[in-house]
Amino acid sequence: MDRTLGFYIVQFLTGLADASALFLVACGLSLIFGVSRIVNLAHGSFYMVGAYVAYYLIGFFSEGGCAFWAGIVLAAVVVGLIGVGIEVLLLRRLYGAPELFMLFATFGVVLIMQDLSRWLFGAEDLLGPRAPGLAGSVNIRGTLLPQYDLALILIAPLILGVLWLLLNRTRWGILVRAATEDREMSDALGVNQTRLFTSVFFLGSFLAGLGGAIQLPKGGANLLMDLNTIAEAFVVVVVGGMGSIPGAYLAAVIIGELGSFGVLVFPESTLVLMFLVMAVVLVIRPHGLLGQAGAGAHVAFRAAEAVLQPASKKLKLLGLACLVLILVMPVLVGTFQLVLLTEIALFALASMSLYFMMGPGGMVSFGHAAFFGGGAYAAALLVHYLQTPMELAVLLAPLLVGLLALIIGWFCVRLSGVYMAMLTLAFAQICWSIVFQWGEVTGGDDGLLSIWPSQWASDKIVFYYLTMILSIGGILVLRYFIFTPFGYTMRACRDSALRVDSIGINLARHQCLAFAVAGVFAGLAGGLYVFSKGSVFPDEMAIPRSFDFLFMVLLGGVETLFGPIAGAAAFTWLHDQISRTDFWQLILGCIFVLLVVAFPQGIVGSINVRWGRFFANQNH
Amino acid sequence: MTKLLEVRNLAKAFGGIQAVDNVSFELEAGQLLAMIGPNGAGKSTCFNLINGQLYPDRGGITILGQRTNGRKPRDVWKLGVGRTFQITCTFSSMTVLENVQMALLSYHKQTRSLFRKVRRLYVNESMELLELVGIAAQSRRACGVLAYGDLKRVELAVALANRPKLLLMDEPTAGMGPAERSQLMELTSAIVRTRKIGVLFTEHDMDVVFTHADRIIVLNRGELVAQGTPSQVRANVKVQEIYLGTGKTPGTAFPTS
Amino acid sequence: MLQVEDLNTFYGKAQILFDMRLAVKRGEIVVLLGRNGAGKTTTFKSIMGIVRPQSGKIMFKGRPIQTLPPYKTCALGLGYVPEDRRIFSGLSILENLEVGKQPPRAGLEPWTPARLFELFPNLGERPHQRGGTLSGGEQQMLTIARTLMGNPEMIILDEPSEGLAPVIVAQLARTILRLKQEGVSILLAEQNLNFANYVGDRVYIVYHGSICYESAIAELSAEAYEKYCALQIGGG
Repeated sequence: MDRTLGFYIVQFLTGLADASALFLVACGLSLIFGVSRIVNLAHGSFYMVGAYVAYYLIGFFSEGGCAFWAGIVLAAVVVGLIGVGIEVLLLRRLYGAPELFMLFATFGVVLIMQDLSRWLFGAEDLLGPRAPGLAGSVNIRGTLLPQYDLALILIAPLILGVLWLLLNRTRWGILVRAATEDREMSDALGVNQTRLFTSVFFLGSFLAGLGGAIQLPKGGANLLMDLNTIAEAFVVVVVGGMGSIPGAYLAAVIIGELGSFGVLVFPESTLVLMFLVMAVVLVIRPHGLLGQAGAGAHVAFRAAEAVLQPASKKLKLLGLACLVLILVMPVLVGTFQLVLLTEIALFALASMSLYFMMGPGGMVSFGHAAFFGGGAYAAALLVHYLQTPMELAVLLAPLLVGLLALIIGWFCVRLSGVYMAMLTLAFAQICWSIVFQWGEVTGGDDGLLSIWPSQWASDKIVFYYLTMILSIGGILVLRYFIFTPFGYTMRACRDSALRVDSIGINLARHQCLAFAVAGVFAGLAGGLYVFSKGSVFPDEMAIPRSFDFLFMVLLGGVETLFGPIAGAAAFTWLHDQISRTDFWQLILGCIFVLLVVAFPQGIVGSINVRWGRFFANQNH
Repeated sequence: MTKLLEVRNLAKAFGGIQAVDNVSFELEAGQLLAMIGPNGAGKSTCFNLINGQLYPDRGGITILGQRTNGRKPRDVWKLGVGRTFQITCTFSSMTVLENVQMALLSYHKQTRSLFRKVRRLYVNESMELLELVGIAAQSRRACGVLAYGDLKRVELAVALANRPKLLLMDEPTAGMGPAERSQLMELTSAIVRTRKIGVLFTEHDMDVVFTHADRIIVLNRGELVAQGTPSQVRANVKVQEIYLGTGKTPGTAFPTS
Repeated sequence: MLQVEDLNTFYGKAQILFDMRLAVKRGEIVVLLGRNGAGKTTTFKSIMGIVRPQSGKIMFKGRPIQTLPPYKTCALGLGYVPEDRRIFSGLSILENLEVGKQPPRAGLEPWTPARLFELFPNLGERPHQRGGTLSGGEQQMLTIARTLMGNPEMIILDEPSEGLAPVIVAQLARTILRLKQEGVSILLAEQNLNFANYVGDRVYIVYHGSICYESAIAELSAEAYEKYCALQIGGG
């Protein structure tokens, strides 16, 4: 292709056009989060559904300029109403529950909407209709730019202006800004928060639907849009600055331009560039380009707050009983169950490492799959390219992942609470996209095959014992760490950043190390996992896998040290039961939602309330 | 006498509002220096500048002969500065003992250790500090459930863990009853005299200020309006006008028994 | 006007209020005295519906309100001024007032920004200044003005004089008496005895989540004051 000035202008304008849809999603996300403190993971799904609904509505209205734009606006309204439905039927029941659980419920919605979309709209990618009257191109110094791109370029500033007027010049806008600052106070001043939330949810969902709908002629509609969009929207929110709508626009433009020009520089993965920009912005301005220090800083996931107690005698006996049971298992059950148990043990180790960050560390990660999958890929690549023996691969994988975690952690610890979580998700998505897009090295979608254990461990029973030793050992080591000075320092950092700083402790450095420790153990689990399966696919790094781990921890209850193990067992068993059905994501999503509504403390957490006294430390 | 703290022409503005403007003062070892002034006078900003939480726009801060402008709180702490907060700031998921152990772990550079369990580390040293501030009996209780006045004592014990030369105390007695207040301030005075350290504190209770401070500085709208001994400050016309009041309007006649 | 009976409120497992009871008559200024942590703020939050009491009865103008959410309590004519002021710092003075705005109430002259700026001249000088950049005293004025925008028949003030310079406290006291003249009933929490003496009609002393003393303010004897101080010591 000829690189003339016109070419660069067109590339720039294309970037601006790409930014529009992204901006709409990101500012919807930001508005909803500001008022309700819900990180709506389903926002990407709203965007996807907006595209699908617009496709069918435009088709239904048949030809004509009016039909196209009416279809787009109507699609946005439909999505807005879906958002309202979800808020009224589900989220409203959860206000007051821990933020993490609300967030989890929205991930259940993601799964449900994913399968419903597949069922309603089909798995085929859809090509969008052309906008009537804007189907042609304009010639810019010899390079063609679709006319529709010009329309997209105009839409974003228009919406930005309308939103600004809405927020600054109307009573509704003033109430939204007041509620964003202090919900309880505006309630006490006579503002009906429930109604305000619902209206904000409508607007936010409307914007996401509109974003999906307007990009239809350009990008069409497909089932990958939901998670890709939410990850990009998180990056936009973090880079632009918390709660700043002009910031969101600026960041969306930057991301759009990066996508547009990045293809020229590094076609394999434009997301890597996104990563670099995000890194630079966060180093220079930790609160984002237009964000203010302190905004949203008070939003943190509160986890375990109880004083740490060493295991009681009864709990130790229970653990011992479990150990004996695990030891004799191969005699009692068949190979198939042994494989399942192996998987449970590895997931338990991975979710324990996530718990280590979340519970004592107070750092929620939405991207733990990057460490688990990273371990799996590290081991697989070592075997595939260097013919490394299993023993060495299982040793090196955790170290490599520890290094990766150190790098990711170095950026993430600049933020806290939900923003840190968003950032971990964005990083994980970047790791996934590298693995997914860099086919020559990683095998892309086809994965890496034939990664088997060494000869001596190839027997299922031997491998079972090997896994059990390493994962139970890992879990106990992690548990021990919690009682050491480093574990205490992590908890101190979680409890009070201010106090930690004033007794001379470098918070960022310790949190970063906590990332690395968690990474090492998740990497160990991942490294072993690849040998138990014999292959690895990008799915092990994808967002749903991250949420699997999060779910295991939450299912078990964040308040308990052994919660993650129970959670991993319950989840893996459940997953095994439903994964053979056609719409298993739908079922899993419904289970997520129902569990969150029924057990806001997690299963072990709920048992703990009842049985806590039984297992409590008697000598205290 | 050595100068522990020297503040010269300190200034800090937030978005056009001059929170601290051209403030200079110093503090010598063995002295309690009170900083008073109405809310919004710039006391907390001053504290945060000295402590390193904020970066000054202008002026200089010298602690124990070292210029500390722009140093982070943890680096200021390493020079030998302890700090207690206005709104108590302890590790709520830990016991009183563990809170002090945490400060000692940091002092002994043990925070990255992954080997020994905390349960056996620096227990005696921590208990000594807790006994000093009179809260040893509650050492096994969680900080999250402690009464406000007791938390203030924990803060003091934590602040003393690195054997500071300079203590910064932001409203050390807020939320305490009158007897408890004077008890805590007498304890602080005793520590100041025996260990030859300096204390800079803010306080709303004029009883505490005029009974225990060796010197007082008065801030108003970011500016230093007066400094001197308690009797000098009490007699200062300007201070009476802006802060203490003349006693003719309600709420101004403070019970000064 | 307001009657609170046998109120028991918990935070988690910890009980904060124990059979709390109090009453405010129309046009009266009632003062709750008590040290930090005695339960004054929790009492107010229970009345407003910000925290839900476990048991007990709260009657406002003869209607039970203990199960109402805060915005409904406010709509009935009960305004709340919190201890920490809680100004919307990113909103201008006028916008802060807008948040508090409620429909006019029969029998009361409705509050408008213009009328409030008469009462609080400082605020009227810069109506577009952001709340977060105001001084402590101005913020206290704004938070009262904001609550008045709801045209309340009664307001609850949580430690209004805390952290203010004595000259500002005096100004505040005059404002409160002026509101009384306007027909607004007032329930306020205080630790400043002089302030309480100057504005109050009746006084309750709160100790460990319940009322331990009650009288007209004129009868608040030296003896009772001693007792109040003694409790402060005993509470430590």
